[in-house]
Amino acid sequence: MHLTDEERSWLVGAAGSATRRAMEIVVALGKIYGAERLIPVASVQISGVSYRNIGDAGLEFLRRWAGEGARVRVPTTLNPTALDLSGWRAQGFAPDFAAKQQAVVDVFARMGVGGGHPLPTCTPYLVGVLPQPGEHIAWAESSAVVYANSVLGARTNREGGPGAIAAAIAGRTGAYGLHLDAGRLATLRVEVRATPRTVADYSALGALVGQVAGRRVPYFVGLPLERDTPLWQEKLKTLGAALAATGAVALYHVAGVTPEARATEMLAAEHEQLVIDDLAAGYAMFNDDVETVDLVWIGCPHASLDEIARVAEQVRGKHLLLPLWITCARPVKEAAIAQGLAGDIEAAGGRVFADACMAIAPARELGFRAVATVSAKGAFYLRNLAGVATRFGTLEQCIEAAVAGRWGG
Amino acid sequence: MSAKPLTFIGRVIKAGIAEGEALVSPEPIGFLGGVDGETGIVTERGHPLEGQCVAGKVLVFPTGKGSTVGSYVLYQLAAQGLAPAAILNAESEPIVAVGAIISDIPMVDQLPIEQLRTGDRVQVNGARVSIESTEKTN
Repeated sequence: MHLTDEERSWLVGAAGSATRRAMEIVVALGKIYGAERLIPVASVQISGVSYRNIGDAGLEFLRRWAGEGARVRVPTTLNPTALDLSGWRAQGFAPDFAAKQQAVVDVFARMGVGGGHPLPTCTPYLVGVLPQPGEHIAWAESSAVVYANSVLGARTNREGGPGAIAAAIAGRTGAYGLHLDAGRLATLRVEVRATPRTVADYSALGALVGQVAGRRVPYFVGLPLERDTPLWQEKLKTLGAALAATGAVALYHVAGVTPEARATEMLAAEHEQLVIDDLAAGYAMFNDDVETVDLVWIGCPHASLDEIARVAEQVRGKHLLLPLWITCARPVKEAAIAQGLAGDIEAAGGRVFADACMAIAPARELGFRAVATVSAKGAFYLRNLAGVATRFGTLEQCIEAAVAGRWGG
Repeated sequence: MSAKPLTFIGRVIKAGIAEGEALVSPEPIGFLGGVDGETGIVTERGHPLEGQCVAGKVLVFPTGKGSTVGSYVLYQLAAQGLAPAAILNAESEPIVAVGAIISDIPMVDQLPIEQLRTGDRVQVNGARVSIESTEKTN
């Protein structure tokens, strides 16, 4: 691999032991993936933040790295935590767990993440971190990676947890995969003959295509989606999240909609075909045979202000029998409070939580055995990581369940 | 018993010097859920190394597998002095590579690992891996 003089000097410790370790990781990953050089990145997004996932060993390592002087060289954001850093008591978390989770965030703050004040979210692009088309970045959260690549036209591979931290400290990553033109061509043409309408429909579509696509880049044709129509970005956000959950998709194109597909032909000459006639199978993937639901969860990926407004519209004046939790970035929650949306939701019995993600929270320990959601990605991880049963449907179905106290009324 | 010294040049993932007895797995190893971070004992049911301890061994396996949190299991082992002395892979992947780097475990890949046997004395120095086989030569 070709390294600049500066990179070589960092690799032998010229910028301190923390940077040396970061460079060792970046270079080793570059070698493994066949990079010929490193590439400077404009921003980094870090995953592996939930204390439940990284545990004491992860926390100890992060503390040691910070203690060695690890500081981010480029603007860096943080993935969601297991809980709302100020509202965790209302979620039912134990103080010990909350203290450990806060300790993880504190280490990242010390490293300079979020300018020293991290705002944990899987949707940095909804709170002002908006990569430019063609810009090289190193993001880790799979749904953010696929959004940045596909909807914004930026360039990032799906970085691992420590790999993304290393990229932030080194300010660079290996030039391979989706950083290169060749990696961005679609090799799976997906013809959509069904008619997705709701945000949940796009999630079901993503779940179906993801399990077929694997690591490939899908190219969608036939989607009834136009730029700048209501919720068009939310539909693409949930489509990508599901593609990256049931598959390992990090980039997709939508004919006439996503930036690279508007600029040029992004379908490789040699490609396979997939036809989607019906979305029912996508819903069926995440509907366990349960009527009793303990929680309705909206906000995977983190909800936008528009999505919160839709929830507020539907619950206004109603009395919810089930807990309804909306998760979002802290600035989005603040906007929802300022616009009165959070107040409407709370008046009905729902809650808006910042920072948090139920997919990485210990849902069973919080007393939830079955959760209803509008997100196939959310359902996928609730099942596989949290071990709870799921219901997956439209926002209307989820709100109906919250009102009726059970799924399917 | 006669010595059969062999030297291979691999690719450095984490530079370092180490020496120890080889513990060879023909199957990939996943550290999260596959190796007990408190004891260093392989716990994956049906794994060729099930019940064996990786501490102080030159751990030889084709490649890593499993959850990315496995990097931190290696760190947990190292913090307790239970890490492998070195890791040798045929083809490394990010989880074990990152784990070795953050835990200061010398690691080399692109090696013909099928030529190593459990019990071999192995020396690692940068990219150079030397084996003094304890196998009987026929």
